Amino acid sequence: MARAVSTRRKLGFTAIAWLIALTLFFPILWTVLTSFKTEGTAIAMPPKFLFFDWTLENYFTVQERSDYFRHFTNSVISAVGSTILGLIIAIPAAWAMAFSPTKRTKDVLLWMLSTKMLPAVGVLVPIYLIFRDLRLLDTHHGLIVVLMLINLPIIVWMLYTYFREIPVDILEAARMDGASLKNEIIYVLTPMAIPGIASTMLLNIILAWNEAFWTLNLTTTRAAPLTAFIASYSSPEGLFWAKLSAASTLAIAPILIMGWFSQRQLVRGLTFGAVK
Amino acid sequence: MGSITLEHVNKSFGGVTVIPDISLEVNDGEFVVFVGPSGCGKSTLLRLIAGLEDLSDGTIRIDGADVSKTLPAQRKLSMVFQSYALYPHMSVRGNIAFPLKMEKAPKERMDAAVNDAARVLNLTDYLDRKPRQLSGGQRQRVAIGRAIVRQPKAFLFDEPLSNLDAALRVNMRLEISELHKKLKTTMVYVTHDQVEAMTMADRIVVLNAGRIEQYGTPIELYQKPANLFVAGFIGSPKMNFIEGKEADTFGAATIGIRPEHFTISDAGRWTGTVGVAEHLGSDTFLYVDVDGIGQVTVRASGELPFAHGQTISLDPIESRIYRFDAQGQAM
Ligand SMILES: Nc1ncnc2c1ncn2[C@@H]1O[C@H](COP(=O)(O)OP(=O)(O)OP(=O)(O)O)[C@@H](O)[C@H]1O
Ligand SMILES: [Mg+2]
Repeated sequence: MARAVSTRRKLGFTAIAWLIALTLFFPILWTVLTSFKTEGTAIAMPPKFLFFDWTLENYFTVQERSDYFRHFTNSVISAVGSTILGLIIAIPAAWAMAFSPTKRTKDVLLWMLSTKMLPAVGVLVPIYLIFRDLRLLDTHHGLIVVLMLINLPIIVWMLYTYFREIPVDILEAARMDGASLKNEIIYVLTPMAIPGIASTMLLNIILAWNEAFWTLNLTTTRAAPLTAFIASYSSPEGLFWAKLSAASTLAIAPILIMGWFSQRQLVRGLTFGAVK
Repeated sequence: MGSITLEHVNKSFGGVTVIPDISLEVNDGEFVVFVGPSGCGKSTLLRLIAGLEDLSDGTIRIDGADVSKTLPAQRKLSMVFQSYALYPHMSVRGNIAFPLKMEKAPKERMDAAVNDAARVLNLTDYLDRKPRQLSGGQRQRVAIGRAIVRQPKAFLFDEPLSNLDAALRVNMRLEISELHKKLKTTMVYVTHDQVEAMTMADRIVVLNAGRIEQYGTPIELYQKPANLFVAGFIGSPKMNFIEGKEADTFGAATIGIRPEHFTISDAGRWTGTVGVAEHLGSDTFLYVDVDGIGQVTVRASGELPFAHGQTISLDPIESRIYRFDAQGQAM
């Protein structure tokens, strides 16, 4: 009896989970489908779901008109670059806070997070002016710095929670076993920290890849990443649905593929290490 | 070789003094147990010896040499942690071999030593597993293996058995005792379990609030407890303490009688009613409400047919009555 009820509940939960997942996924699916339609079919009423003349024409047009691969390269440079720079700064910071905490550690962490509570547009003008005067507009290094800065609090938080999970006992055991500081770092600390660093890195590459506010405002052509590539197709006349969809599909594909292959690390990252 | 000497050791955390002043000598090859209630400073004392905590004051010597400023890695001690503290990313083999790897031991010696330790501890079949694939008892043995794989000056154990179930605990207790007989290396063992202390130790240090209450062999502690604290801490069930008029007749502020030092008779000194009777088969524990004294625990060997509500009369064995003065010191 109890078993029957729980099976029904399980079925119910599964159905609800699928429903929510499909609802969330539907816009992406629709974008992908639309990218294979002609501009005419794309706006047809009633909309066509699967039975239309599939075409790759939009993809060719898009690549021809605005060089997908240059934008892709820019995205890779800014996302990976900003994440690596962020890790270089955040690892020592998180390390210090996790292993030698002081009374103020929690305050420092909260203060860092509080910078994420401001609307970005609030500092657009000052940052834009600084970028203009330092000639950083539309450059790779400028974009890397700003993406690093906006993600830095998250990187520090994530690493801090991971490092805090490393039991001090184990480091002490290494000391008792005769490990010098160097050997302790090489053989014990680093292997235990790497999974945490890896999932932080993955998540931040995704965040930087998808970042659209600063990338759109601080770049024009040379350093413009895929977000700018998509945006260039959203014209007010709205007759480019299919091309916009093709551009979007191309822009999100790499990150979806990467996300798919690193699901485990990502879940660990998103739950801040709570699930293993 | 591994004698350990503590001279006027003091330890404070911030403003809080945990260990005011301890001097202590552990002889080479001795098995010494630190025992005491939770929070009395046992782990702190052990960690001071290990070098994992810095001394606030005093000196620690190993084999006569001052190691107060020596890093833990250079003290040549092995430690087994309560949490086992195994390296999660290394196999059992990697864990056990780690101390030798740090010594840059040659590969052949390392393999031989790891295989030896694994055989002694029944871990041979598990050498390629990761710690998370082991049971609690197996992890425990890996932690011990990691400690015995090299020849340390002394072993330090911090409540190594407290995460194990009762049966396994008795087993491991024997194994550690046997290990000590075989290796003859100094061992310092922390526990709050007085049975572990009594059964394993050559000598016991009874700690209370960062002070040594008594240091002696298990039998000394049982037969001649220095004060009320030790008398109450060593022995199970706990010693009965009686104050007031009855104590006066013995010329003491408090008298103590162990539960096993009563005779049950028809017309004894004290009469009372049995509250609870626990029948263990080998022993019978009686919790007796004695008129004018309060509850007294009595341990009689064998199975005795007493039950709740029954009136019995007790005689303490006169030669086994402990007398304490008003300060709680043995008289
Ligand atoms: N790092 C520390 N900072 C501040 N106080 C500490 C620290 N380590 C221990 N103490 C305090 O020192 C006292 C003794 O602690 P210790 O861990 O030595 O007790 P213990 O005898 O091992 O207890 P248990 O049987 O519970 O393990 C406790 O009151 C504890 O709160
Ligand atoms: Mg302790």
